[in-house]
Amino acid sequence: MLSPELGHYALALACVLAAVQGIIPLIGASRRDARLMALAPGLAIGQMIALSASFLSLIYAAVTDDFSVQNIAENSAVSKPLLYKITGVWGNHEGSILLWALILGLCGAAVAAFGRNLPSALRARVIAVLGLVATGFELFCLTTSDPFARVWPAPMDGQGMNPLLQDPGLAFHPPILYTGYVGFAVPFAFAIAALIEGRVDAAWGRWVRPWAVAAWCFLTCGIAMGSWWSYYVLGWGGYWFWDPVENASLIPWLTGTALIHSAIVVEKREALKIWTVLLAIATFSFSLSGTFLVRSGILNSVHAFANDPARGVFILGLLGVVIGGSLALFAYRAPALTAGGLFAPISREGALVLNNILLCSLCAVVLTGTMYPPFMSLLFDRTISVGKPFFDATTIPLALPLFIFMGFGPMLPWKRAQLWPVLQKLWIAAIVAALACGVAVFRLSGVLPIICAAAAVWVIAASLTDLAERTKLFRAPIGTSIQRARMLPRAIIGTAIAHAGVGITVLGLAAMSQAQHKIVEVPIGTTEQLAGYTWTLKAVEQEPGPNYTAMVATLEVRRNGQLITIMHPSKRSFNSQNQTTTDVAIHTNMLADLYGVLGDRHGPDNNPTYVLRLHYNPLAPWMWLGALIMAFGGALSLSDRRMRVGAPQRAKSSSATVSVS
Amino acid sequence: MTLHRKLAACMLGLCLMAAPALVLAVDDPSEMLADPQQEARAQAIGAQLRCLVCQNESIEDSSAGLARDLRRVVREHVAKGEDNKQVMDWMVSRYGNFIRLKPAFSAGTLLLWAMPVLALLLGVGTAFLFYRRRANAAPPPPLNEEEKARLARLTKD
Amino acid sequence: MTTPSDNLTRRRLLMALPLAGAGVAGVAFWKMLDGMEHGSFNPHDINAPVLDRPVPDFTLAPLPPAEGFTTQDLQQVSKPVLVNFFASWCIPCLAEMPTLMTLKDKLTMWGIAYKDKPDNAASFLRHSGNPFSRLGSDHDGRAGIEWGISGVPETFLVGAGGVIRWHTAAPLTEETIGKVLLPLVHRLQTP
Repeated sequence: MLSPELGHYALALACVLAAVQGIIPLIGASRRDARLMALAPGLAIGQMIALSASFLSLIYAAVTDDFSVQNIAENSAVSKPLLYKITGVWGNHEGSILLWALILGLCGAAVAAFGRNLPSALRARVIAVLGLVATGFELFCLTTSDPFARVWPAPMDGQGMNPLLQDPGLAFHPPILYTGYVGFAVPFAFAIAALIEGRVDAAWGRWVRPWAVAAWCFLTCGIAMGSWWSYYVLGWGGYWFWDPVENASLIPWLTGTALIHSAIVVEKREALKIWTVLLAIATFSFSLSGTFLVRSGILNSVHAFANDPARGVFILGLLGVVIGGSLALFAYRAPALTAGGLFAPISREGALVLNNILLCSLCAVVLTGTMYPPFMSLLFDRTISVGKPFFDATTIPLALPLFIFMGFGPMLPWKRAQLWPVLQKLWIAAIVAALACGVAVFRLSGVLPIICAAAAVWVIAASLTDLAERTKLFRAPIGTSIQRARMLPRAIIGTAIAHAGVGITVLGLAAMSQAQHKIVEVPIGTTEQLAGYTWTLKAVEQEPGPNYTAMVATLEVRRNGQLITIMHPSKRSFNSQNQTTTDVAIHTNMLADLYGVLGDRHGPDNNPTYVLRLHYNPLAPWMWLGALIMAFGGALSLSDRRMRVGAPQRAKSSSATVSVS
Repeated sequence: MTLHRKLAACMLGLCLMAAPALVLAVDDPSEMLADPQQEARAQAIGAQLRCLVCQNESIEDSSAGLARDLRRVVREHVAKGEDNKQVMDWMVSRYGNFIRLKPAFSAGTLLLWAMPVLALLLGVGTAFLFYRRRANAAPPPPLNEEEKARLARLTKD
Repeated sequence: MTTPSDNLTRRRLLMALPLAGAGVAGVAFWKMLDGMEHGSFNPHDINAPVLDRPVPDFTLAPLPPAEGFTTQDLQQVSKPVLVNFFASWCIPCLAEMPTLMTLKDKLTMWGIAYKDKPDNAASFLRHSGNPFSRLGSDHDGRAGIEWGISGVPETFLVGAGGVIRWHTAAPLTEETIGKVLLPLVHRLQTP
């Protein structure tokens, strides 16, 4: 029987195991005691099992409608569909912290399981650092956010969940996003272990990169899912609002993207080592502080949920220990790390440095924009807002050069390169981009969207050129090209695909600036024109749902008399919460979304009118498709033999290692 | 923040679950201006104005009651022939700088607006300094006999 | 010419920068959390610039039972008047009413029913008691926009000559009244 007390006990057990996991292997590594170090994997896996048991017991309580558990009583209800009973477990503060801890536990167990080829001291230290971080979270869970707290007397039914959150997209969004955030704990742990050890070398870069890439893939998907969710749930065609919550996920994504690039330089050329260590620390620090400051209520976001001051103080203390501790270690140890390989400014390394500068500048802008209002308020007692118009005006000029350099960066040779030969290879891509620019001038209005579209096409064309060049496509017999393509490392194909994904996303964003919409109030049978389509409201009917009743419209869309689709936007009234949600209808042909929203009903009962919101969103799906392609590219490069976690051995040559003096 | 404001706050964006009650009414089409040029201008102004009760949305995006009222006010002013700055100033004089989604240039926002250039210069400058120092650093001393012999041994393998 | 040890010191300082930055941010966050707890810092405040400004131009429909009022009426007051925006649909307003009732004898209060049907507002005042000596109805919310309010309840203290002397967007509490409002009223009345 999985009682909540058992879950609570398992959580406490996990916390103890995590603490032991955080201390013993560290001692073992510093004393070079193989037996103590060998305890690390077992402890990590044990902690993960305890956490899983704890999490399962909370799910069990939710599924069996155990309303004596306060968390379930406040967030669930008998009438809630089973799927949302399960996903609702992480749909609140306490449960989501437990999910955080669980994912962190899984990361530790993954290092234990897949890191067999790591040197034992490094592995012990990485697992220990993960254990220390986990201890903090589990203590937070146990002391201020207990998901298993009981309520007496137990209510007959729960209070239910916000209907907006009863959505499959949102149900699986937090686990993916959290895996992205928490996944960066592993590169962080590697960075701390390297600082303790005083050694960063090519092998370290090679070991840390797959973990960073994996976390980055999840974070990319998580951000895309969140954006998609707001697009189809909130119902006004918006997809990104520069809300602090969104920025909190974008900031670690930007530094994380910088990290996966700078780690390449560490791996190939042993340069940028200190910088990469700092990026690994920064990325996880931003993941942590972003998600938690949003919860503290400091950032002006409606998602603020931890109003309990004790929680805020605990969170800040935890952040202080994790971030302050790691940066102090960095300040103490990093100066002794020696610099690595030399390179000319125009070289692959140079391009990657530029990539890092631009990404970190973008990150600085987003961070400043997000934090400026509370700081202005604190320091000068002045109130300001920083929103979409500011971010649009400041981030696009920084992003454009990034897209342009992305085109030829991967084609530059290491160490020392000449620009001209590379540019010569890219003349086709340049022509394609110029043509795209010409088309964009006629199809898009506004200077920035035109430039963005051209830059996007450039990125895609240049990425494909890179693959074509490497396979000698069209220059050698097709058989040779296929042969070369087979031999091509997957990391290179993955890079090209991920870069092309960026281009696809940017193309979607540029096209979306041309979206059209129309709001009308019409009786049944009316036909409206928008973007060359005729939209006819055929009928509106009442339909019962499992825990709501819905008003469902039938909307017929034709183009040149030909039926394109019949859409059913609806409006749901939830009985238990006395709330309504709009259910957007979207028809996509991948080139554009037709997007219909049913609004209020007005007028007399015998001749009512309905408010309709109609949108034509060109290339909208490309924004998220591009993100998926980016993540796919990352995953593909993960499957590269050379990227296998822990597979490569540390280089034997003594010149490859750096020691602390 | 008063309770009703929390209730009126519209949930936005990514993840989670704070779950304030939502009012997702689609707005009233009658508020739009007949002249498409004026309507476009009103929308452009509205996109710069922050909804006061629902955090980080413009009044054009929000379906909160106050946002709707403000949209109507914007359209009245536009219909009267006022230019964008006049409408903006009218709003700022009532609600202060909070209502600007794009903060005005001022001594206080200098750092904010300078950040893109500042960050870029800092990054490029640091990279340049590091590069120059590395390039100027003395080249490693030539190998001595013992090292040469070791290198020969290693390369032979 | 820099010596190696100079170089190392510079390196150490450079590597300590992230820690210093994080430290400053941490202290600031701690200040913010602390301020939020004690009510001195509220990141959600709009801070509409109303203080020491003349009352705006606005028009109100009369709301029986009390007499209505206009901008001119406020400009001509000689003693401070508390202007309170309320609505029958607003739960914090209902909670605030008993506090306002205790203030009835100490201060002149004028009420504005914000975006409320006159009937509903009147019955709200019948149930909760009516602390207001004058009442207006702002049915379409336009007067509220002129005053720069973003919700209800919101309260303004208008001094002699119709100048706004104090403003809060939070429900009035005994504590605010005793510590802030009444002392201010007292100061405004003694020249």
